[in-house]
Amino acid sequence: MSRLEPRKILLPLVAPVVAVIVAFIVTSLVLLAVGDPVLEVWQVIFQPPLPRQTVNIINAATVFYLSAVAVAIGFKMNLFNIGVDGQYRVASFAAAVFAGQAWLPGVLNILVAILVAMVFGGLWAGIAGWLKVKRGVSEVISTIMLNAIATAVVAWLLSKARDPASEGTNVVRTRELPESSRLEGLAIVPGATNTVYTLIFLAALVGVTYWFVLNKTRFGFDLRATGKSETAAVASGVDVKKMTLTAMILSGAAAGLVGMPLLFGQDFSYGTTFQAGLGFAGIAIALLGRNHPVGIAFAALLWAFLDGQSNALQIQANVSKELVFIIQGVILFAVVIAYELVRRAEARMEQNRVARQLEERHAATAEQGVSA
Amino acid sequence: MSTPTLQTPPVEPAEAPPAPRRRRIPLWFWPAGFLAAVFVLAVLRVVTGADDIASSGVIGAAIALAVPIGLAGLGGLWSERAGVVNIGLEGMMILGTWGAGFFGYYMGPWAGIVGGMLCGIVGGLIHATATVIFGVDHIVSGVALNITALGIAKYLAARFFSDLPGGGPTQSPPLPSLPRFSVPGLSEQMARLEAREIFFLSDLAGVIGGFTTNISAFTIIAVLLFIGTFFVLWRTAFGLRLRSCGESPVAAETLGVNVIRYKFIAVCTSGALAGMGGAFLALVAANIYRDGQTGGRGYIGLAAMIFGNWRPGGLAAGSLLFGYTDAARLRGGGTVHALLLLVAVILLVVGAWQLKRNNRVQGITSLVVATGAALWYFSTDSVPGELAAATPYVTTLLVLAFASQRLRMPAADGQIYRKGEGH
Repeated sequence: MSRLEPRKILLPLVAPVVAVIVAFIVTSLVLLAVGDPVLEVWQVIFQPPLPRQTVNIINAATVFYLSAVAVAIGFKMNLFNIGVDGQYRVASFAAAVFAGQAWLPGVLNILVAILVAMVFGGLWAGIAGWLKVKRGVSEVISTIMLNAIATAVVAWLLSKARDPASEGTNVVRTRELPESSRLEGLAIVPGATNTVYTLIFLAALVGVTYWFVLNKTRFGFDLRATGKSETAAVASGVDVKKMTLTAMILSGAAAGLVGMPLLFGQDFSYGTTFQAGLGFAGIAIALLGRNHPVGIAFAALLWAFLDGQSNALQIQANVSKELVFIIQGVILFAVVIAYELVRRAEARMEQNRVARQLEERHAATAEQGVSA
Repeated sequence: MSTPTLQTPPVEPAEAPPAPRRRRIPLWFWPAGFLAAVFVLAVLRVVTGADDIASSGVIGAAIALAVPIGLAGLGGLWSERAGVVNIGLEGMMILGTWGAGFFGYYMGPWAGIVGGMLCGIVGGLIHATATVIFGVDHIVSGVALNITALGIAKYLAARFFSDLPGGGPTQSPPLPSLPRFSVPGLSEQMARLEAREIFFLSDLAGVIGGFTTNISAFTIIAVLLFIGTFFVLWRTAFGLRLRSCGESPVAAETLGVNVIRYKFIAVCTSGALAGMGGAFLALVAANIYRDGQTGGRGYIGLAAMIFGNWRPGGLAAGSLLFGYTDAARLRGGGTVHALLLLVAVILLVVGAWQLKRNNRVQGITSLVVATGAALWYFSTDSVPGELAAATPYVTTLLVLAFASQRLRMPAADGQIYRKGEGH
């Protein structure tokens, strides 16, 4: 049983590679059909990024990573948290308002604001969790509705909590963070004038915690068990409703962190510059990375790379940058199909192996019977 | 992720003997319910003084807003009745808006409808291939489709509309419009009656007037599609087979139904209908294609379908409800404000009923929310515009929270089917 099977390790790695190749082919076909320059598009996308762009890619990947982990927590429990978008919007707003008041000095302000974000993200997701557990409402629908409601509620609250200093301008935003609570960023990429978010450490911490809790604690085991088979979990004494609610709140708390690198490293307030839609990218990245902390990291980098490189498409190849969504979409489709095929292939291999073993054993006992 | 369930099992167990109670809704229910709803609106109008609450204007707007939701929901109905959960409706709608923009601009509005349909079918083909042939999780595929479709539409719009006169990278040139009709005689009579402001009669006239005045040809097509869907799915052998694929594909398979083919047809039809919903947005509601035009209506269509208990009649009622709340929001905070009182009263009744049935927690929750709504109503004069924008979504959540335990989805909805795997 402990025999290392190279095929078994190789198969899951093959899927993403195949998916990227498929995306390459399909996108090329789309470009050909529409009459856009195929070669130039790929030249732009695969040109080595400048130091400045490298920093942007790392920063975008940091944010994507947090979003994808939030989604993955739900996935592990068979929950579809489509509401990451709304959760990090509510959380970012709450954290921005709190930190903007500057009640606490410097770093402490940041830490507590991050906690505030987690609490609000968790609470917002908790609504969907409560509705699922108590009222039987699918989290898929309720989280989508909560996204729209979050947009409305935050827009209203923003009009109440608008910074008086921004009154009379086009910019609508909350009070800006005090200087002492702004994170300069890390100048780790040589030659770049911009810096990597300091809160990349937060993303790393979240990744490690996610891995540790899922794989090394009893809670994580229960969570995975419930996700795999609800009946088995019930039989082993897991309170499924409580697990569902907890998983949803945890997923929301992680989602609350999505906006933090942006808030403390770039925007310094919540306002019109707020970046929406990271939740849907998170779903795609979690799927591509197979909910694995390391897999998600690679997927987030790929997503950020494609996003960053596509910015030059309009200028350099006269092709709309929205092409990147087609590439990403095809990768996503190809990878989920590939994973499904791999899963089937694995199941077949497993069945064959067991059948072979049974046959051998059968033959062995038959021989023993003859010799006796 | 193996079995996505759109509905978790009900919290309360059903009454002890699971007797096969078949409650058919009698035919008189629909007209009576309609009159009762108008009466409630009439009372609400008098009590709150919000004159717009049952005017032909708001009803007309509600219908125009309900059609795309209803068409998307109808798409969802086809697909889910065959057992494929379709969260990709939004993406199919997006493709439909672009198709309507492109074909509508070059070949006229009728071709625009067909174009929207065809582009929707492309979305349906993608979803069907992933879910039915490759057995990908339905919700995963739907989400992937939504991401992809948004990109495709934006990319194609930038590619084909940028250089056209009046067009741009994010929008098409103005599109030719479809003819509109009024019922001759009736619509003028109703307008006259409505203007006289008699309690109930004028409200009734307003509602009927809204249904009979200045109706787009596309709306009439949508109504016919509803009737046609009911007839095909519930009155033909084809429909019975299609629904059997959503209830028990293995049983259908043993009876010689080609389950894969039926599911494929259903999901493609679903795409065509959702695409038409998108086409309605581009051709009738806006007369233009615009990026992000659907604004999540595909999701609301799905919610309307769940609200309608996976039935065309219920779906139509749900779409009208969502269309109405959307219209109320567009009419400003006053109408939404008046609806707050309605919500408070409904929740009060629900709460009292739950308490009578000894459901203490739910009863008290309802009463608390009802008190909150009432307090909000009496302490303010209007609902801020930003919050009014959330009305249709809050309505969806409330309705699902109160009704979801009475709903029954197709038994095998969302389950992966593979040929020959039933034992």
